[in-house]
Amino acid sequence: MNSAVIVFPGSNCDRDLKVAIEAVTGRAPAMVWHRDTELPAGTGLIAIPGGFSYGDYLRSGAMAARSPIMQAVIEAAAKGVPVLGICNGFQVLTEAGLLPGALMRNAGLHFVCRSVGLTVETSQSIFTSAYSAGEEIVIPVAHHDGNFQADGETLDRLEGQGRVAFRYREQVNGSARSIAGILNDGGNVLGMMPHPERALEAAHGGTDGRRLFEGLLEAVA
Amino acid sequence: MKARIFVTLKPGVLDPQGKAIHHALGALGFAGVNDVRAGKLIELDLAEGTSDADIEAMCRKLLANTVIENFRVERDAP
Repeated sequence: MNSAVIVFPGSNCDRDLKVAIEAVTGRAPAMVWHRDTELPAGTGLIAIPGGFSYGDYLRSGAMAARSPIMQAVIEAAAKGVPVLGICNGFQVLTEAGLLPGALMRNAGLHFVCRSVGLTVETSQSIFTSAYSAGEEIVIPVAHHDGNFQADGETLDRLEGQGRVAFRYREQVNGSARSIAGILNDGGNVLGMMPHPERALEAAHGGTDGRRLFEGLLEAVA
Repeated sequence: MKARIFVTLKPGVLDPQGKAIHHALGALGFAGVNDVRAGKLIELDLAEGTSDADIEAMCRKLLANTVIENFRVERDAP
């Protein structure tokens, strides 16, 4: 599978994501700079990494969402190419309009950096097919703006359509309905605040993130 | 020509920063503060002739996230 990791100034999980994707798929992703206007031909997975793109200026993810490469990402997403946004990547996807809602300052105002318990809410997606619905997993978070908010109607729609992918099993950041990750309408875009690429090897302290990449590989290969 | 853009959270959207400021004011002994909402002020220095529609487009496309924020534009009188 050909994949691409989008790199913005201030991204800091881009190399972790590259290592994770290469470890699971056996092929190194193309590292695509934010000023590029095209993705490599045949890109079958786009990954948007965590970090602090553009220093979180204006709002987290706001500047990155308007950078040149994002037009190509939006067009690819519309064609059904899988897009995975992790942490700042999730913020970028909401700012770009590929996912609903917004990620606000954590309710406790503190940067939260620890492993948290999650429930996998659906196994009916290309990102979560290697998990069981209702399965409890542990994945690290590291964010200041992870407080997912949307209006009640949007939240009801996300839940009704099975588009909540992950939910926190503990109080983390004040997210509406404890939402940790959501899918778009077509099911090919996932945004999540936890970092599955940081739970890949036993040396990370847990391997619960690995199946996200394995399932994705199986689903789209 | 100058324009000032006031970006504020929509009513009902939780404002953790406003809450923290509220709490700090209380801790300093300022009683009678019923609520605090924090927002942003963005000042634009614009070419003459920039239309209201252009400014509104800037707000909608970048300066405000209309999922959670409202904006208000104040222009200097020409």
